[in-house]
Amino acid sequence: MMNLNRRDFLRTLGTVAAGGALYGCAGGTRAGGHVIVVGGGFGGATAAKYLRMWSGGGVAVTLIERNTQFISCPISNLVVSGEKQLGDITLGYEGLAKWGVRVIHDEVAGVDAAKRTIRLARGGEMSYDRLVLSPGVDFMYEGTPALNNAAAQDQILHAWKAGPQTVALRKQLEDMKDGGVFAITVPKAPYRCPPGPYERASVVAGYLKTHKPKSKVLVLDANEEVQSKKGLFLKAWSDLYKDILEYRPNSELRDVDVASRTAILEFDKVKTDVLNVIPPQRAGDIAAKSGLKLVNNRWVEIDWRSMESTSTPGIHILGDAIFPAPTMPKSGHMANQHAKLAAAAILNLLAGQAPSPTPLVMNTCYSFIDAKNAIHVASVHVYDADKKTLQPVQGAGGVSAARNELEGKAALGWAQNIWADMLT
Amino acid sequence: MKPAHLIAALALAALTGSAAAQAPDPHLARNLAATCANCHGTNGRAVPGSGMEALAGTDKAKLVEKFREYRSGIRPATVMHQIAKGYSDEQIELIAAYFAAQK
Repeated sequence: MMNLNRRDFLRTLGTVAAGGALYGCAGGTRAGGHVIVVGGGFGGATAAKYLRMWSGGGVAVTLIERNTQFISCPISNLVVSGEKQLGDITLGYEGLAKWGVRVIHDEVAGVDAAKRTIRLARGGEMSYDRLVLSPGVDFMYEGTPALNNAAAQDQILHAWKAGPQTVALRKQLEDMKDGGVFAITVPKAPYRCPPGPYERASVVAGYLKTHKPKSKVLVLDANEEVQSKKGLFLKAWSDLYKDILEYRPNSELRDVDVASRTAILEFDKVKTDVLNVIPPQRAGDIAAKSGLKLVNNRWVEIDWRSMESTSTPGIHILGDAIFPAPTMPKSGHMANQHAKLAAAAILNLLAGQAPSPTPLVMNTCYSFIDAKNAIHVASVHVYDADKKTLQPVQGAGGVSAARNELEGKAALGWAQNIWADMLT
Repeated sequence: MKPAHLIAALALAALTGSAAAQAPDPHLARNLAATCANCHGTNGRAVPGSGMEALAGTDKAKLVEKFREYRSGIRPATVMHQIAKGYSDEQIELIAAYFAAQK
């Protein structure tokens, strides 16, 4: 039974509310109960679908997502460069209904971990047996005071959550004069999508090379070197964008002058025409608001066998919001894999069984260099019981031999399949 | 028990032999196969026209052989030769059995 009609669904919820039952079938091994998933991105949507699919409809799942449509960060740099439109990276949530996921477009105002309830922003409380938080990141503007207000953020864009900002940044780029400077600032790692800033710089350079050849791309990186696929990016920049793209390491943004679009660094001020600031990031607000233990006051600490918070039983966290395992990137692909790890563990727990002792996840991340050519980084991570974390499998994974068109096609194929895996 | 799970459980029992006393997770094959879905589609059903290989319903022996060829480097690849090295023989057997059982 893959579908629950509304009445069945409410009955299931009623059972949960009345009995507080954790396990669906007395004495059986089938999982039952109610799981609330907060956040319908790569992690949350995947978790919602797989909880329904793998429980054969036995577990009731509610997905709470503030946006009515999903807009993908992966491929969004091609919207900035003009190769794609926002519609090409936008999908609806109706596919999840097929799996019997109840989707509510709202925000979570609060979590009561002791009572296992959540409060919705528009009112109402819901109880859960297990809660999955997949809140992504929120931005930290404390280090750049002039940017720490909404009006400034409307002009100096991040476009690091795909949506209206992606379109707005494209517009700024289109409006820029030939001979202008497009600058992108990269925060200190860790941040969402390690190769993303360098991909954006590359495809913007590709656009400018063709359409506004006197223009420049400036990468102001707070880190001491390119954070992902370094050799491949440096080679592409040298081969394709030698006179267009300039890379400056150790260039942390200290503030901005909004009106003149000036990036203020420690020893330098850089006047730009389009200033794209990717701010430092931390786990989405709901993580701290829920009282979860954070590492460095930023990222949620989890148990890797179940993605459950180390501080708060019953709450599982996915995706960019967690303190990552060694060499594990904050990527949509990884969030999708976290979701499956968590879904499997939750279903075991709801059936009264221990989570799998040896979870394994893998990552493949493509970056475009220009409109057609792409490069990848891949890795496989397996649970190490001694170290109590996922460790990269030695000898596995790696990067492309060279940029190529085949991987440009693979990148788009990857996107189609991961979008389908999470939403249909 | 669903056919896929049964096959996976049998495969695992055969593989682990005396270690079977440890009561392995019956969902191990399903969980491992799900790590492939990002590119190859949910349960190996890739999006038609996406250019990605659909693995659902593929003969188990054929899948195992292909995976091993990726791992040894005999079969040329853009990324699979690197990913394949992250999985053990036992894991490849489980994954292949799972996809073969998806009709």
